[in-house]
Amino acid sequence: MYTQALNARDTEAGAVEDADRVAAFQARVDAEEKIEPNDWMPEGYRKTLVRQISQHAHSEIVGMLPEGNWISRAPTLKRKAALLAKVQDEGGHGLYLYSAAETLGVSREELTEQLLSGKAKYSSIFNYPTLTWADIGAIGWLVDGAAIMNQIPLCRCSFGPYSRAMIRVCKEESFHQRQGYELLLEMVRSSKEQKEMVQDALNRWWWPSLMMFGPSDTDSKHSAQSMAWKIKRFTNDELRQKFIDATVPQAHYLGLTIPDDKLAFNEESGHWEFGEIDWDEFMRVVAGNGPCNRERLAARNKAHADGAWVREAALAYSQKRADRREAARHAAE
Amino acid sequence: MTSDLFTYTLRLADDAAILGQRLGEWCGHAPTLEEDIGLANVALDHIGQARNLYSYAGEVEGAGRDEDQLCFLRKEREFGNCLLVEQQNGDFAQTIARQLFFSAFMLPFWRKLTGSTDETLAAIAAKAEKEAAYHLRHSGEWTIRLGDGTAESRARMQDAIDLLWPYTGELFEADGVVERLVAEGVAVDPETLRDEWRATLARVCDEATLPLPPEGWMQSGGRSGRHSESFGHLLSEMQYMQRAYPGMRW
Amino acid sequence: MTEKTTPLWEVFIRSRTGMAHRHCGSVHAGDAEMALQAARDVYTRRGEGLSIWVVPSAEIIASDPAQKDEMFEPTASKIYRHPTFYEIPEEVGNM
Repeated sequence: MYTQALNARDTEAGAVEDADRVAAFQARVDAEEKIEPNDWMPEGYRKTLVRQISQHAHSEIVGMLPEGNWISRAPTLKRKAALLAKVQDEGGHGLYLYSAAETLGVSREELTEQLLSGKAKYSSIFNYPTLTWADIGAIGWLVDGAAIMNQIPLCRCSFGPYSRAMIRVCKEESFHQRQGYELLLEMVRSSKEQKEMVQDALNRWWWPSLMMFGPSDTDSKHSAQSMAWKIKRFTNDELRQKFIDATVPQAHYLGLTIPDDKLAFNEESGHWEFGEIDWDEFMRVVAGNGPCNRERLAARNKAHADGAWVREAALAYSQKRADRREAARHAAE
Repeated sequence: MTSDLFTYTLRLADDAAILGQRLGEWCGHAPTLEEDIGLANVALDHIGQARNLYSYAGEVEGAGRDEDQLCFLRKEREFGNCLLVEQQNGDFAQTIARQLFFSAFMLPFWRKLTGSTDETLAAIAAKAEKEAAYHLRHSGEWTIRLGDGTAESRARMQDAIDLLWPYTGELFEADGVVERLVAEGVAVDPETLRDEWRATLARVCDEATLPLPPEGWMQSGGRSGRHSESFGHLLSEMQYMQRAYPGMRW
Repeated sequence: MTEKTTPLWEVFIRSRTGMAHRHCGSVHAGDAEMALQAARDVYTRRGEGLSIWVVPSAEIIASDPAQKDEMFEPTASKIYRHPTFYEIPEEVGNM
């Protein structure tokens, strides 16, 4: 489950909304009431949610690919089963999220089309390649770890279906990070060569993981509105800091070095201070120029195109069956 | 006896492991999201069966080999899985046909094996029987929809059935290993499953409006380690880590 | 190309704890049998359920949130329906 706060909110273009309704809506949100699909909501709220939930769903679906890359080569049967179950879970989480978005009046087909055409965004962490088995551990530990930081507050999101989907996801996902960390622990304990492999994976995944929280608060114009709507509960920087504070000691336990020479513990604040994130790289990958952007979209497009005849067959069969039932009913009359 | 039991258990383990490996290749690439999840469930069932069977085979052998050594450190001629399970995924119809043929056989097979005099095999069979029942339902329902769906899906499903049909004969082969274990009440005589297997396929294919091919010539060789050309590639991928980093813990 | 939409089904699961079927999400499927299978595969991966209902989403009739007040407000004043409304002396014991 991966979100990435990178889009500016929609402005309520043109539509002038009834100030009383808007105020009543905000009062409900402020009172921590859940907003349900049939309730009146400002157009901007609806659009923001559709975009955020569907991006979240797309991220799950594309996120199946880098990890799926290692299912056939998992080193043991136990690891193969765990990885397959985890990647399958990502698919399930994508499905829950598409369902939540669908309650707002968009269809799965429309959302899929937006992903396949490249119009919709997904978390750019998945545009990085999984080069060694240690990457599987690093993704579970870092990427799922970062995702969990994002997701736990989303369980309290003001929109009912999103919040309920997140509760289910968080419950299921607790094994993902643990399996990743345990896998790495086994590797660093087993041999020097494996420990080097783990360090290499950390070196490659650390910075992209920090980028998952989105641009710094000072550069993120939309945070305030999402916070007011209680779609978002913490700012990007707050979540990033929480993640770093939790993760650095875990890296040390593995005997690894975080690839950041500015990393230092500030006794006074109780937080880990860290170096400058390369936002140029982030923007470049978001814009489509990461190591695997094209590959990922091509893989999704291929699966969709290859499966078209299956989906058509399922619909044709159900139509035929309905027609036959109808004919039988007529015959009986 | 011990060596027969080892061989027999290992063949069952290989069937499950190789089919699980093939099905795992679908993850992230299935025709719908729902099916992505469904196929992964089937794959996970097979991987689970393989683990139990390999562990037991290792125990029977008594040479200290564990499930992973048996799965990842044997060579192509040492694998005893039937040719059907190693066939490439092809399109969705081929995967469904492979699953239909196999689970239509394995459901009565496991049911019968629950009566084995070997308690471990009987216990493994009891769990696998329920899994196979769902695999049959899943592949059967899809066969019906693809067969009775569009012209294209019907043609693809028929092609898949015709393509994989020659690999079904091997399911019923019984060599000395099987015969001796059947005599001891350990193994299942596959010939006794043929009627049910045929009836299951007839029921599904009839509803799918697909004719079943005539008996005809059948492929053979998997049980004695003569596999398809593609099998070596499957192994080199599956065994890559254990071969590249021998003796390490994962 | 716009793809034909595959019907949406709402999924209800009865858990092991003996509670009533509870809504847990939705799936897309061409027909009821496939919807049941999808629901089983998607929503019971961790032994969550012992029974599944699938219902075409289009068949759900929902109350209108705009009529929330007329639907649900009148009941709020009927406090005499609640056991705590009545005072029973302690000596009588648990009732």
